Amino acid sequence: MAQLIASGTKAPEFTLHVTPDQNLSLGDLAGKPVIIAFYPADWSPVCGDQLALYNELLPEFRRHEAELVGISVDGVWCHDAYAQHRNLHFPLLADFHPKGAVAQSYGAYREREGVCERALFVIDGRGVIFWRYCSPIAVNPGADGILDALERLSKEESNSVSAATTGHVG
Amino acid sequence: MSVLRQPVTSADHIRGSPNAPVTMVEYGDYECPFCGLAHPIVKQVQKHFGEELRFVFRHFPLTQVHPHAQTAAETAEFAGAHGQFWRMHDGLFQNQRSLGAPLYFALAASLDLPEDELRVALETGVYAPKVKSDFIGGVRSGVNGTPCFFIDGRRHNGSYDFEELASAVDAALQQARAAI
Repeated sequence: MAQLIASGTKAPEFTLHVTPDQNLSLGDLAGKPVIIAFYPADWSPVCGDQLALYNELLPEFRRHEAELVGISVDGVWCHDAYAQHRNLHFPLLADFHPKGAVAQSYGAYREREGVCERALFVIDGRGVIFWRYCSPIAVNPGADGILDALERLSKEESNSVSAATTGHVG
Repeated sequence: MSVLRQPVTSADHIRGSPNAPVTMVEYGDYECPFCGLAHPIVKQVQKHFGEELRFVFRHFPLTQVHPHAQTAAETAEFAGAHGQFWRMHDGLFQNQRSLGAPLYFALAASLDLPEDELRVALETGVYAPKVKSDFIGGVRSGVNGTPCFFIDGRRHNGSYDFEELASAVDAALQQARAAI
């Protein structure tokens, strides 16, 4: 298993194709928590279940104002067909060229197989990695870890806001 | 290891003896073919353990891949509000391939449930919050797909064929007996 980059470090910036003629950068999502789900491949059975679950949870993620993106080494046309077939309502980014470069920058690339790890990241609004988890490749990690992290993040942010307010008043 | 974070309460649908030493909770989706396969197996396991096992079913509909899963779950809840959850539950799984309003109304009629009330319940989503609460509780307990079983609060990571489920229940039963 690859070594994911640590919590507390700045999340590596990236710009990837989200559709054949559109790009998405991590910076575009600044100010909100971002959930990145690296996964090995479109169409594989475990990935299908995992992404279907996250798709179902989009309203829950939005309650935390979080944005979800999926990243694999599949190309844009493959992502497009897959998202349509599975009715996915969040962006799938193509880490296609140079292959796996973004996954590598997150320590989430499996060099031997040439695919992404099944790795989850929650990045805070300032672009710092708040939580990450690497699942065994054949195991669907579910979403409990993501939701727990988003809840802790909301709490910490509201604590720091109230601390800042108190400090200002004092 | 994933554990059940939502304890079983009176708001749950429980089949079997309320005082059974072992509890098996299933998170399921009426349109999921694997849950359909598991349905007769669960009944077989319950028959096998009799008074020693109580079974709880909670909803985990993946609505974006299973377009009828949500309405089926709400129909089961509607029947539950009329004291007929389990007969509707069985009817939905036994007719899994024809889920949809005509089936719901036919099943309701066969259980003497008021069709007009069911129609209103589905249109207004009266039971949607209950279904959602089951779903979110499941997610928080680490449910990652269906069917997902918890035996005495611990996720069953094995398969759901009769032998594996029964041996997991058996192990829980031994533990429960040892604790007495």
